[in-house]
Amino acid sequence: MKRRDLLAGAAGLIGGAVLAGAPNAAAGQQRVPSSTPPVLPPPIPDDPTKLQGAPTSQVGTRSTFVTPTRTPYGEVTGSSLTPLQDLTGTMTPADLHFERHHAGVPRIDPAKHTLLIHGLVKRPLVFSVADVQRLPQVTRTYFVECSGNGRAAYRDPKPDMTPQKVAGLTGNSEWTGVPLRVLLAEAGVEASASWFLAEGGDACVMTRSIPLEKAMDDALVVWAQNGEPLRPEQGFPLRLLLPGWEGNTNVKWLRRLELGTRPWATRWETSKYTDPLPDGTARQYSFDMDAKSIITSPAFPRTIVKGWWPVTGLAWSGRGAIRRVEVSTDNGHSWHDAELHGTPLAKAHVRFTHQWKWDGTESVLLSRATDDTGYVQPTRAALIKVRGIGTDFHFNQIVGWRVAADGHLFFHGES
Amino acid sequence: MPNSYSAAARSTWVRRPHRRGVTAAIGSSLLLATTALTVASCAGRDTPARYELGRAATPQEIAALDIDAAPDGHGLPPGHGSVAEGAALFQQKCQQCHGANGEGMAPAFPALVGRDPKGEGFAFAKDPKINKTIGNYWPEAVTVFDYVRRAMPHTAPGSLSNDEVYALTAHLLAANKVIAADATLDSASLVRVKMPYHDRFVKDNRRGGSELK
Repeated sequence: MKRRDLLAGAAGLIGGAVLAGAPNAAAGQQRVPSSTPPVLPPPIPDDPTKLQGAPTSQVGTRSTFVTPTRTPYGEVTGSSLTPLQDLTGTMTPADLHFERHHAGVPRIDPAKHTLLIHGLVKRPLVFSVADVQRLPQVTRTYFVECSGNGRAAYRDPKPDMTPQKVAGLTGNSEWTGVPLRVLLAEAGVEASASWFLAEGGDACVMTRSIPLEKAMDDALVVWAQNGEPLRPEQGFPLRLLLPGWEGNTNVKWLRRLELGTRPWATRWETSKYTDPLPDGTARQYSFDMDAKSIITSPAFPRTIVKGWWPVTGLAWSGRGAIRRVEVSTDNGHSWHDAELHGTPLAKAHVRFTHQWKWDGTESVLLSRATDDTGYVQPTRAALIKVRGIGTDFHFNQIVGWRVAADGHLFFHGES
Repeated sequence: MPNSYSAAARSTWVRRPHRRGVTAAIGSSLLLATTALTVASCAGRDTPARYELGRAATPQEIAALDIDAAPDGHGLPPGHGSVAEGAALFQQKCQQCHGANGEGMAPAFPALVGRDPKGEGFAFAKDPKINKTIGNYWPEAVTVFDYVRRAMPHTAPGSLSNDEVYALTAHLLAANKVIAADATLDSASLVRVKMPYHDRFVKDNRRGGSELK
């Protein structure tokens, strides 16, 4: 008996037990029709070519053999991590894109949601979501990464960390929306404005201060991700998208933009999202995400056998396009240029692969990204030297995987 | 400006917006003009400078949402509250999550109060275990007011009166030994409060390239 058959059988037993018990439990409530059929996954035939397949459906589902989840390790409320080890290519399925929120995911009626633009503008305006969607639109591919991504692996690397645990606070999507500069032109920005405040419509009414230059550069107000409206966890119905900048500045559930002459020093840019340094200072308004890469396969908790393997992963930079990714299979003694899948896009994930033949000896797999500013992803030791072990955000150290002689992989966080 | 923001302007990154005030203004005007030209040249002669979408916001609509307060005092509402009033309110509405003495419940509810001796001297980069309390870390006093007003208490966010927010701000600043235990705060006095580690915050000097910072 195959494992899947066993599971289906077990589900059938449980379903049957629930149904058998239901009429008694519901006695007097008249809610449970006795004819409700048990909901069972269809059995897997030994030969699928000898049986008609499933009918069409309104919404597709993943194969029952493919069950990636965002948060397998009980992360605290407020964040969930992208299962990087389960994904290929560069697009993160929207339902697996990491979440980070500071007061839960609000439920918003898009027909009632508005975006207010005011402050140092000639015409304070209120936009409905439909209004925003009538402006000239663009579609662009960008990563989003929480600036806390990788903190646990930086401060306290452990052998049993997965790619998801090490770097799962990032995702890469195709976003559709309006350039912020086009939206702001409707209101007419006063010449004296140099910063703006972006505010979300969640229960903490989250706010970040953003230099106006970013609005005039590549900032977007988006309403769609990967071909469909934003998911609630990603900011439905409107989200600020600041390519390459720390995730928190990409304000979700966007409801207000106020133009001003200086930053507001909100809680999220003072108490949080500032970076203590060894010289007794702390960086503030540190928006750019530094170049980074991680091998997503093979990785803990997998086991490999001798022979050829694609060593594959993701690389990205908040300052531009990835120019080069190198892979080492000998703990950094030698490096090989990995193949980049397609032309790397600026401020977007790129997939890399290095085809490798494992000979059965203990090995350490590492990846190292270089972006088009010439910035090279640093070692953990180098980063600790300039930032300190206690710095709170922006962790882009080289990481990798130790392959034990028996083929088991373990996280290798020290380098 | 005799307030904490002008102190900020004397140091570190905060100079940037002032200097940028002029350059950014020129830059943004140019960029806006460039954008209009680009749009026009891409989309043809019929493309307008504006699309005339959105509707005029009324002063009432703006006032209902415009709850932010900045370190220069912009947006601080009328009202006042004392340390003693704030201490009583804290026990009613805040201690369930933040602890009777503001010690917090990690990791969801951070410590608010405490001048940990290890934290004095701003040694956070060396020791991640030091709590970033308001007194140990926060650079601006007005941030306490702005955040409490917009987001607290957890079970009824945005429900506090302005007087209550001034009182809770006063209590938290006094408990962190930033203001006197018998103080009362209003907009004018709150703007004058300088946080102990205000001057430790610096602008981002990372620029990519070959140098690791």
